[in-house]
Amino acid sequence: MGEHTRTGQVVGVNGNMVGVEFAQSVMQNEVVYVRVGGEHLKSEVIRVRGKRAELQVFEDTSGIQIGNTVEFTGQLLSVELGPGLLGQIFDGLQNPLPQLARQHGFFLKRGAYLKALDDKQEWEFTTAVRVGEKVRAGDKLGTVPEKIFQHRIMVPFALHGEFEVTEIAPNGKYTIQTTIAKLKDASGKVQEVKMAQNWPVKVAIKAYAQKLKPTQPLVTKLRIIDTLVPVAIGGTFCTPGPFGAGKTVLQHLLSRHAEVDIVIVVACGERAGEVVEILEEFPHLVDPRTGKTLMERTIIICNTSSMPVAARESSVYTGVTLAEYYRQMGLNVLLLADSTSRWAQAMREMSGRLEEIPGEEAFPAYLESRIANFYERAGLVKLRDGGTGSVTIGGAVSPAGGNFEEPVTQATLKVVGAFHGLSRDRANARKYPSIDPLDSWSKYTSFIEPEHVRKGAAILKKSNNVNQMMKVVGEEGVSIQEFIDYLKGDFFDAVYLQQNAFDKTDEATAADRQKHVYRLMAEIIDLEFQFENKDAARRFFQQLRQSFVNWNSAAFQSEDFKRKEQNIRHQISNGKI
Amino acid sequence: MQKIHSQILQISGDVIVVEAQDVSYRELAQVHAPAGISLAQVIRLDGKRVSLQVLAGSRGISTDDKVRFLKRPMRISYSEDLLGRVFNGSGLPRDNGPVLTDNMIDIGGPSVNPSKRIVPKNMIRTGIPMIDVFNSLVVSQKLPIFSVAGEPYNELLARIAMQAEVDLIILGGMGLKYDDYLFFRDTLEKQGSLSRSILFIHTASDPTVECLLVPDMCLAAAEQFALGGKRVLVLLTDMTNFSDALKEVAITMEQIPSNRGYPGDLYSQLAARYEKAVDFSDAGSITILAVTTMPGDDVTHPIPDNTGYITEGQFYLRGGRIEPFGSLSRLKQQVNDKTRSDHRAIMDRMIQLFADYRSTLEKRSMGFQMSAWDEKLLKYGNRFEEELMELSVNIPLEEALDRGWQILADIFEPAETGIKDVLVKQYWPAKAEAK
Repeated sequence: MGEHTRTGQVVGVNGNMVGVEFAQSVMQNEVVYVRVGGEHLKSEVIRVRGKRAELQVFEDTSGIQIGNTVEFTGQLLSVELGPGLLGQIFDGLQNPLPQLARQHGFFLKRGAYLKALDDKQEWEFTTAVRVGEKVRAGDKLGTVPEKIFQHRIMVPFALHGEFEVTEIAPNGKYTIQTTIAKLKDASGKVQEVKMAQNWPVKVAIKAYAQKLKPTQPLVTKLRIIDTLVPVAIGGTFCTPGPFGAGKTVLQHLLSRHAEVDIVIVVACGERAGEVVEILEEFPHLVDPRTGKTLMERTIIICNTSSMPVAARESSVYTGVTLAEYYRQMGLNVLLLADSTSRWAQAMREMSGRLEEIPGEEAFPAYLESRIANFYERAGLVKLRDGGTGSVTIGGAVSPAGGNFEEPVTQATLKVVGAFHGLSRDRANARKYPSIDPLDSWSKYTSFIEPEHVRKGAAILKKSNNVNQMMKVVGEEGVSIQEFIDYLKGDFFDAVYLQQNAFDKTDEATAADRQKHVYRLMAEIIDLEFQFENKDAARRFFQQLRQSFVNWNSAAFQSEDFKRKEQNIRHQISNGKI
Repeated sequence: MQKIHSQILQISGDVIVVEAQDVSYRELAQVHAPAGISLAQVIRLDGKRVSLQVLAGSRGISTDDKVRFLKRPMRISYSEDLLGRVFNGSGLPRDNGPVLTDNMIDIGGPSVNPSKRIVPKNMIRTGIPMIDVFNSLVVSQKLPIFSVAGEPYNELLARIAMQAEVDLIILGGMGLKYDDYLFFRDTLEKQGSLSRSILFIHTASDPTVECLLVPDMCLAAAEQFALGGKRVLVLLTDMTNFSDALKEVAITMEQIPSNRGYPGDLYSQLAARYEKAVDFSDAGSITILAVTTMPGDDVTHPIPDNTGYITEGQFYLRGGRIEPFGSLSRLKQQVNDKTRSDHRAIMDRMIQLFADYRSTLEKRSMGFQMSAWDEKLLKYGNRFEEELMELSVNIPLEEALDRGWQILADIFEPAETGIKDVLVKQYWPAKAEAK
């Protein structure tokens, strides 16, 4: 019997887990199709015991019967990598959703799978190697223009060792099905290379020279993040928050404004409506860095909450694999996963069906290592051609009951470089972004001078202490000096840390403007003010706040901006000693 | 053709186990017990052992009762004949009408392709200022009312249903008190809406697991009508009972519980239902309003918690009023910029002032002195509660906005409200300005 005809029989069905018996061999995590009527349901082997294997089915399992045939494919769950990924909308298994809709209408038909890449489209190939050159996995063979990038056609990552180019296609138009190069290994065996290759999603792509420490800040244009709790290019961060705290809005803002080449949005087990907003918005929003629409630099992986649960896991891995692929081209990629908790819940569901011994809150014991493995796929790497590329991962976490002590949040905190904790109190008070500046932390450094950042953090802490005190003893119970500290912290929060997402200018603040504004802010924090009484102090800061808010909506370095800055400086000089 | 099995191996909870072959996962069966025929659904297959959840409960089933597999999943009939009818949790008539067998459709079908959805842009007017002004309801929204037992949530649900401009109302009752069922039926009848309504009612006296299919039946019917271009409003009350039924079955099946006994897939189960809310790109829509009673008024309880992560906001019903804090319509910004130019300003400022009023109340209760500003806030808060928050208030959005301006003008100076000058000039009531 050939490799592709290995079959087995269904012996049990429990939710989306199917037990099968097989005669020959099976491979852990290989893809299996369960035949039900005319439909073939994609599944993955997740446990083997004797002659019985358990599969997780990426589809609804209704109608499966004992004795149904399953086909083993011998392939790990893989994605197709090649030109044409940008701007697409995939489900968790890399099926293009708009194309599925064209074929099957309103509903996601069970067992309907489509190829991720269009194999009829022709790409303008430019050769980058000559016959006789030595190449290794990941080396550039040529390029094709894809949207705003030169998409590198690379030696397939799965090839081990050194190869000699024996044939290379001349410049010209080819489809992804065309053989564009032939490579010969040391033993003389020849490999044909096409523009697209497959790669198993759960395996990290490692065709680079070395992994570097992420140090350079990734500009998100959100002031609270960039200044207080920055993210590094190639770093990791997480945003846990209870429902209604604005996780998704924050991720949308990041996907729009972050200064990276490519953004991959993984909507994992969340509301479909939110993805639809991106789908409708992005083709009309212009990326100021390129002048093209945001869709040109975006890939959306969308496995929303009512779509098959098992595919949530694959959606996260599909996303990170695509990110690694573009990283290999020397690009900076930001992967946003909303929400990793849903993926963890999918693991929990499956673990329960496997009757594994549960850990905390019934999550499986391997929860932590799976989460760690996922975030470890982020990183800044030095490619073999000397260039660098990066994958930055930001994961939203949806803790049960908004309690950060739960296992998913805790497992995530252990492995990320920055923690942006969202607070329901701040969201209720309409303070956006609702990242709690006191609880959140980052191990990366900001582009703003560290001692200035410390100043800001210190005044927030002091202000909060005074505020707590006033709740007990009233305003009259604190000294005017303490009261001024309270006002300073409150002011810093209101005009700098909070941003108005409905204001075209205030919505995103570039790095140079942040540095400029923060310099003045640091001055204000340092200044010693003197006021007759607390009311006068409050009035002063209220007015200053109003001027600052107006300043925030003036375009950087415009006449209006300069005039407003002058006005603020004038106001300050009236208040200080 | 259909083989009858007369050997029940196990009865535990509302789940029975029989040995059978050629059975499909999720297939339906009939259990012929002395007390009557009950529907049962296959929930696990393990070799020849077939586990079935018996919708009418396992009480009175004996080991030699007959089980007949129906070779089909749960289906309901879909046609115009559904309108005005009342069914029970097994999909059988509760109203002495005929059993419908035409055009049977599967329930619990696949989810909508996200790329076929559109961003909703139409508001549903309810005549309730706390909704229309402060948290506008939008076509295709899924929104629960978070409440505790004893609050008038069913009355609120009925009122919204009566006033909403929709083509069709589908009510799914789960563990509904019989009085409440009659209340809904009478209200619909009195308003002449029964003929455009379909009721799937599982009452508190029916066996618990029978409510498990109610949301799927409601939503399957809703989906068909929406595909036919109708705007459908689905009311589900109370989803806590549905979740508890899930818990009961999960525990019987010896599943490892995740949180307070609830199964690990509670989120997915709830999402599969709520996500049926949709605005189709070139057909009708489904809007879902649900009730989630919070055990112990605890929003971190697994049911409201998971629900909150799924739905597009929530209304807190507390003390007979919709509480402005915590209540949220995530879709309101899709519509409230197209109503009237002052809508957003009134919404924001009145709520902020109301928040100030609440903290003044707190201050007063702690014995701190009241300033002149505090006195104004107290006056404002009282009028806000009486003239806008009371559920008896039933006025169109425009009138509610005008009323908001009136309250502000009676108490505050324009500058104190912090509303933009342009709007003040346009809307500030003239008489109050003269004062």
